[in-house]
Amino acid sequence: MSSRATSAVAIRVLSQLRRDPRTIVLIIAVPCLLEILLQQLFKGEPEVFQHVGAPLLGLFPFVTMFLVTSITMLRERTTGTLERLMTLPLGKLDLLAGYGIAFALLAAVQITVVSVVTFGPLGLQTAGPRWLVAALAVANAVLGCALGLFVSAFAQTEFQAVQFMPAFVLPQILLCGLFVAQESMATWLRWISYALPLTYAYDALARAAAHTIDGRFAVDVAIVCGCIALSLALGAATLRRRTP
Amino acid sequence: MAAIRVDELRVIRGGRVVLPDLSCEVATGSVTGLLGPSGSGKSTLIRAIVGVQRVAGGTVTVLGAPAGSKELRLRVGYMTQWPSVYRDLTVRENLSFFARVLNVPRAAVERVIAEVSLGDHADAIVGRLSGGQLSRASLAVALLGSPDLLVLDEPTVGLDPVLRRDLWQLFRDLTETGKTLLVSSHVMDEADRCDSLLLLRDGGILAAATPQELKTQTGAAGLDDAFLRLIDEAEK
Repeated sequence: MSSRATSAVAIRVLSQLRRDPRTIVLIIAVPCLLEILLQQLFKGEPEVFQHVGAPLLGLFPFVTMFLVTSITMLRERTTGTLERLMTLPLGKLDLLAGYGIAFALLAAVQITVVSVVTFGPLGLQTAGPRWLVAALAVANAVLGCALGLFVSAFAQTEFQAVQFMPAFVLPQILLCGLFVAQESMATWLRWISYALPLTYAYDALARAAAHTIDGRFAVDVAIVCGCIALSLALGAATLRRRTP
Repeated sequence: MAAIRVDELRVIRGGRVVLPDLSCEVATGSVTGLLGPSGSGKSTLIRAIVGVQRVAGGTVTVLGAPAGSKELRLRVGYMTQWPSVYRDLTVRENLSFFARVLNVPRAAVERVIAEVSLGDHADAIVGRLSGGQLSRASLAVALLGSPDLLVLDEPTVGLDPVLRRDLWQLFRDLTETGKTLLVSSHVMDEADRCDSLLLLRDGGILAAATPQELKTQTGAAGLDDAFLRLIDEAEK
């Protein structure tokens, strides 16, 4: 791995994003608007917003980065730039790390703005440290990035890539424990839930927000980190120097 | 010594045998034209030479090393058939990125912009360029690292005659500094500008000769005609 090549990729991805201000505005504004919507929607039952506000803050970046990465990587595959890169002195890990760094930075901006809005005017309270919620959100962004990278190998068109969002992400959000606690799920659903990375990401966020930083929290964080490493490895395996 | 040596190369793509058993050579310091109709296997051969094509058999040796090996990544410049540059960046931003990846000085960016005559469009978004400008931006990337071997897949498609002439002059200048070029094309009028030709048809080498030899051999006045006579002969 070389820091020169990694930073080259990261700078390039950020310059591409800079050329697309509308996307940046959408990435930052949409989660803010959704938090506002949620807070207004449950004005009569403020405890609902207090319960889901923080975990949602941490799950937005996962969804956004999953989409952005899978589309960007798909473009890289279909326009021939990936083929060109594979003939250059650029390691696969340099490419993946470059992407990861660029999108983590974007996620950090997103999370900062959404946190300011949610913890400020919207009045979300957490027992645990807010920086920890934000840090977990960045980890989720990287997880979304890594998964998006991996699934981009299975899409031939941007239409297909977009459909991976409901296919890969929605079930994870439904089953992660946010809507229904694992204990109340049918056994088979509970087992599926335990097999999905977002379950642990959500649990870590909920524990951080509730200030129950215990052994289970450490296990959650370890599993999320493991999933990031695993999906990056799987993503790297889909980047072939030689293609059929 | 040959810059490229292909021995009994066999490539199957999507269940179809594209190159059944191909052998050829490209001499160092020359411009070799790879000619043939669309679908004859030109791009597949080129992809095998730059080491991005999965091959079913045979060997490809480039600058003394197996095609696609690590030490070749700085020594071989590749221009893909479809312009492989980032459409949402400017010409200069694209080149700066690839220059960083190749670890070449920033001066190389300005050099290649001049070489492909894109000075007036250096700060234009690539996606808004015309087809010819787009392919020149892609060519510029291949020239960045001053590679010993340039493999260019249809670099002059969509260019006007003046630009084409200028590019062929550039190719000629490069061989004078000892570089080797393999240039694919499906237009025969470019063949006359090459030192030697590889005529490809149905995944096989129909002829490997200099333009003059081809004309003498077939008794044809032009290369287009020479190619047709070779095909007729092969089908007899």
